[in-house]
Amino acid sequence: MIGEATFKIWRTHPGGDGTFQTFHTTVSEGMVVLDVVHRIQAEQAPDLAVRWNCKAGKCGSCSAEINGNPRLMCMTRLDDLNLWEPVTVEPMRAFPSVKDLVTDVSWNFRVKKEITKFTPRTPDAPDGTWRMAQRDADRVQEFRKCIECFLCQDVCHVLRDHGKHDEFIGPRFFVYTANLEMNPLDTADRVPDLKERYGIGYCNITKCCTKVCPEHIHITDNAIIPLKERVVTRYYDPVSRLLRVFR
Amino acid sequence: MAGATYSYDVLIIGAGGAGLRAAIEASAAGVSVGLICKSLLGKAHTVMAEGGMAASLSHNDDRDNWKVHFADTMRGGQYVNNWRMAELHAKEAPDRVRELEAWGAVFDRTPDGRINQRNFGGHRYPRLAHVGDRTGLELIRTLQDHTIHLGVTVHMEHTVVDLILDGGRVAGALAYDRERGRFHVFAAKAIILATGGIGRAYKVTSNSWEGTGDGHALAYRAGAELIDMEFVQFHPTGMIWPLSVKGLLVTEGVRGEGGVLKNSEGRRFMFDDIPENYRPQTAADPEEGWRYVMNDKSARRPPELLTRDHVARCIVREVKEGRGSPHGGVYLDIAWIKEKLPNAEEHIKRKLPSMYHQFMQLANLDITKEPMEIGPTTHYVMGGIRVDADSQMSTVPGLFAAGECASGINGANRLGGNSLSDIVVFGKRAGEYAAEWARRQSAPRLDDAAVARAEKTAVEPFERGERGENPYRVQQDLQETMQNLVGIVRNEDEMREALEKLAGLQARAARAGVAGGREYHAGWHTALDLRNLMVVSEAVTRSALERRESRGGHFREDYPDKTQEFSRINVMVKQAGGGAMQVSRVPIPPMPPELQQVIEEQTS
Repeated sequence: MIGEATFKIWRTHPGGDGTFQTFHTTVSEGMVVLDVVHRIQAEQAPDLAVRWNCKAGKCGSCSAEINGNPRLMCMTRLDDLNLWEPVTVEPMRAFPSVKDLVTDVSWNFRVKKEITKFTPRTPDAPDGTWRMAQRDADRVQEFRKCIECFLCQDVCHVLRDHGKHDEFIGPRFFVYTANLEMNPLDTADRVPDLKERYGIGYCNITKCCTKVCPEHIHITDNAIIPLKERVVTRYYDPVSRLLRVFR
Repeated sequence: MAGATYSYDVLIIGAGGAGLRAAIEASAAGVSVGLICKSLLGKAHTVMAEGGMAASLSHNDDRDNWKVHFADTMRGGQYVNNWRMAELHAKEAPDRVRELEAWGAVFDRTPDGRINQRNFGGHRYPRLAHVGDRTGLELIRTLQDHTIHLGVTVHMEHTVVDLILDGGRVAGALAYDRERGRFHVFAAKAIILATGGIGRAYKVTSNSWEGTGDGHALAYRAGAELIDMEFVQFHPTGMIWPLSVKGLLVTEGVRGEGGVLKNSEGRRFMFDDIPENYRPQTAADPEEGWRYVMNDKSARRPPELLTRDHVARCIVREVKEGRGSPHGGVYLDIAWIKEKLPNAEEHIKRKLPSMYHQFMQLANLDITKEPMEIGPTTHYVMGGIRVDADSQMSTVPGLFAAGECASGINGANRLGGNSLSDIVVFGKRAGEYAAEWARRQSAPRLDDAAVARAEKTAVEPFERGERGENPYRVQQDLQETMQNLVGIVRNEDEMREALEKLAGLQARAARAGVAGGREYHAGWHTALDLRNLMVVSEAVTRSALERRESRGGHFREDYPDKTQEFSRINVMVKQAGGGAMQVSRVPIPPMPPELQQVIEEQTS
């Protein structure tokens, strides 16, 4: 398959606003959207800004909205797109624009710093090591697959439409918190923070985050809902409330 | 003096595993630490490491210990390694793995709940602590999540243009930020380079865009020495189809889990060519090889797990002799294990999840059902900045290096899994010694004129504008040159030709021009990266010309054998007075008797 295709790529202007610029380019078998962006950069628009690293779906740098869908550019094959129509490529819309396809995702890095870090129990063995069953590791390892592409943050209504960045940490960091809370070695308690500071109550489990996760992490079912349950058990369950009174 | 934008006791350039581990150690020593990374934090090339991290924890085979690991590393490196580094690495790797667990890493487990270890090429026993086939992600994320709570200042998406010296010692660095394209001056008493590799000098590579040899070139321009630059590792198994993913890594873990290499005739050709020094440890037939994969301690490893340099050359030979696959590689088959295991499909998906998805998504191929088409890809450079084994300081006072940009531990060929352990072992050491060095230094003096010169050079591409050379095209031509003329199989004539071409490319690189604003301008960044790529390309070529023998990652068809003469030296390059690259040979110091004895015990 070798042919022509049309791409409409978001370009920002010095003032801050932007428009789609149309590029015609040749495409061939097996190409992904990031290949097209690179080709346009090399041949037509050397200053086109795009963030990328590994081009293998492992680093999570090249997140964008392709025909309106949050995707990694490096893992979106042209075969999966309708090339009879122009393909639109634009930056993640839940984050401030830097230039063209690049957004300012620094908020995510600030949020992570606020979450209580891994706090292991004393080691199980005299040599300073722990014992952990693989089935316990499995549960946490699902969360640790996260490549921090922030597509889940991009698509989350609480952030994208309601801009609750100050009160809500977003799906990525519920996954991060779940990874810590469910790590069998960890001793810290993040349940009060989940309720008061991380805003888990805002999530109304529409599962948009799960749908866009390139690592296929069951964000809603395996991370957010169990965390919500912990909050409910702690604060709203009548039996445990009663028990707390007598403790 | 205009003054620095930022000032640190220890400045670390690069935030992969080595840079992050160095930051943790330096900050623990109580000095101020700045960390500069070309990308966002956590995206560095470490993230792509797949198979695992070698350390003789001896969880899966109690015969393993540091001596075996040391001997394996030296044998893999064909004995031109820095033996002291190989010794420190083998001794300290287990502690570096264990502390990762204390910082939150969740490795795969053995049935009794300890860290599980897997087989890998060149390692005598199962030695690689791993997390499926995404060990690098686990390592970088663990270090990242630990570092952010230590008060280390991270400068993301900043690129260092040049180091600034003060009377021969390190004083700071000039960097630009990608977002605005503004310059920032960093003052520092000590600098640690942890910039990774040079893969982007080649057309087919597993390296991300960052692998442009920045640390190698920054150090070289600052007067440091580079050694072993002729030793480039071509990983035997990269994807070859579709073209757009050519070079993308296929982890050695596939072979560790039982994957076999076959040519177009269906023959397991690796059994046809087993080097003498590995014969006693290599399986006699496929049946024994499979028993090894199944952890039968009496079995020896299959020939697919011979060292990477050897496997890559065997693949090249099969293709050259007409037994290749349709797209010019050979077959890597893991699906065949269904003949042996009832739940093979699940097993493959569990052990090699990224590989399964990578082929499914990028090549429409189900590796649990069909063989993969693979071929060699530029993966790693054994060569780099010459450092003191214990402290990781280069020959420039105050300039340290760790990880891939430093040289010594790997000799002529790196064993898989030794890189992830290398970066934490020597990252820690570099952080520790750089902090100690910094504490003994007075504040550096930054030479305004040197800063101004570095800034002027860096903005020149804008002055030439669109009249200049297209930097992307120069980079592509450079990659073609290195790929075709200084690749897996080398000879004198082609490398002489490469030197001529490099001179022409150097002139074109110096004329590279870009138009537009400085904000996030990839063309400009490419033009600046070219300076570094030119240095490392020339260093590889000149070093490869000097070593008139074949050893490890360096294979010359005009000198196909190893020689005594070259077994005793490392090839070194440095910048001579006039700016030309000077090549020399440095003798390898004799190994102390106790290490000599370890090697003899392990080879007998």
